[in-house]
Amino acid sequence: MDEDRDSLCQPPAEMPEASAARAMLDQLDAELIGLAPVKGRIRDIAALLLIDRLRAEQGLQSQPPSLHMCFTGNPGTGKTTVAMRMAEVLKQLGYVRKGHLVAVTRDDLVGQFIGHTAPKTREVLKKAMGGVLFIDEAYYLYKPENERDYGQESIEILLQVMENQRDDLVVILAGYKDRMDGFFASNPGMASRIAHHIDFPDYSEAELMLIARLMLTRLNYRFDDGAEPAFARYVSLRRQQPHFANARSIRNALDRIRLRHATRLFSADRRLTREQLCTLQAEDVLASRVFTGAPRQGATT
Amino acid sequence: MRITQGTFSFLPDLSDAQVIGQVDHALGKGWAIGIEYTDDPHPRNTFWEMFGNPMFDVSDAAGVMLELKQCRNTFPDHYIRLTAFDSTHGTESVVLSFIVNRPKAEPGFRLVRTEEQGRTLRYSIESYAVQRSPEGERYGMRQE
Repeated sequence: MDEDRDSLCQPPAEMPEASAARAMLDQLDAELIGLAPVKGRIRDIAALLLIDRLRAEQGLQSQPPSLHMCFTGNPGTGKTTVAMRMAEVLKQLGYVRKGHLVAVTRDDLVGQFIGHTAPKTREVLKKAMGGVLFIDEAYYLYKPENERDYGQESIEILLQVMENQRDDLVVILAGYKDRMDGFFASNPGMASRIAHHIDFPDYSEAELMLIARLMLTRLNYRFDDGAEPAFARYVSLRRQQPHFANARSIRNALDRIRLRHATRLFSADRRLTREQLCTLQAEDVLASRVFTGAPRQGATT
Repeated sequence: MRITQGTFSFLPDLSDAQVIGQVDHALGKGWAIGIEYTDDPHPRNTFWEMFGNPMFDVSDAAGVMLELKQCRNTFPDHYIRLTAFDSTHGTESVVLSFIVNRPKAEPGFRLVRTEEQGRTLRYSIESYAVQRSPEGERYGMRQE
């Protein structure tokens, strides 16, 4: 009986917002392969926001958490993709009002001459209000080798708005791990205002295969029986080589396989079936230079 | 004399929360917000100075309020108004405009009577503040 009297609010799982949040998390699970730490953090944030709403109903102190984030990880691990989704997610959880994403780099924030930076940065912030501001390769904002660089000015304005208008704007910084660490070391103010540092792990081979399959399904292609193991071999070989950029390398590889597939079909003089138009064969995959062990120059086949 | 003009001229000045509500409404309609200021509030002076560009790509009231705060800091003793521009083909004009900042002291207007031929009188009004000082110093010193 006591327990009944105490439980004023409905179970969190039965809140209407909870089912919306769960649907959104399921969708995220289906569309993003791997990335367990990232999804875990998004789930935590969703839970906190829902519980905060229950606390507010009970008249308890509920201050919206600071959601500024930093995404670090190797190239192609999905930082930008997740940032795009994050805006939608936060919109559905009711944390940001509009849920649009403004993606910028140093060029959009930092000006060319004295007095140019502040208006430029403020313009971007104005645009991002009510949504998410995504700063890609944020470490370029700070150039320690040039003490008169205007990046510092931009950082100061950002910090001010990040602190004073937490309800209006979520800032996400992204970049490679080591360089972001350097950036935070020289900008302790920035490091302390960012509550969530999320590291994007590299994908395993199995995850890369899942990603490839997902990409192909979206493009209405598929591997035939021979092509699938061939591509698995491609992935394991490609991972050993320099300049491997996780999902981005997979996307590039698939693009080149599609090129070879198209060339092969183009030289045929028969009428093509729908099946042929969709099916990638082993020979399309095996023509890659990765298998011949030829020396690579930058990002080639 | 408290000068009124624009959409809510018959109401007391809007609070910030009310301004945010109006801005939300305008943004919801797809109108672009502009901020204008002047220290020559003659009713026939329709062209005020723009503070920055019209905010065609701002999608939330917080962005507008950020700019408005900036404008109030720069021109605390000017008249500032928000305008909402509807770019729909066929309208393409300001559809909403209201004052969001005014000087602390507003000396008002003098009625000017000009005598013309045959005892005709022409009437006009003249702002005491405008007559008193040059632009930028009319309602208090310019704060750079």
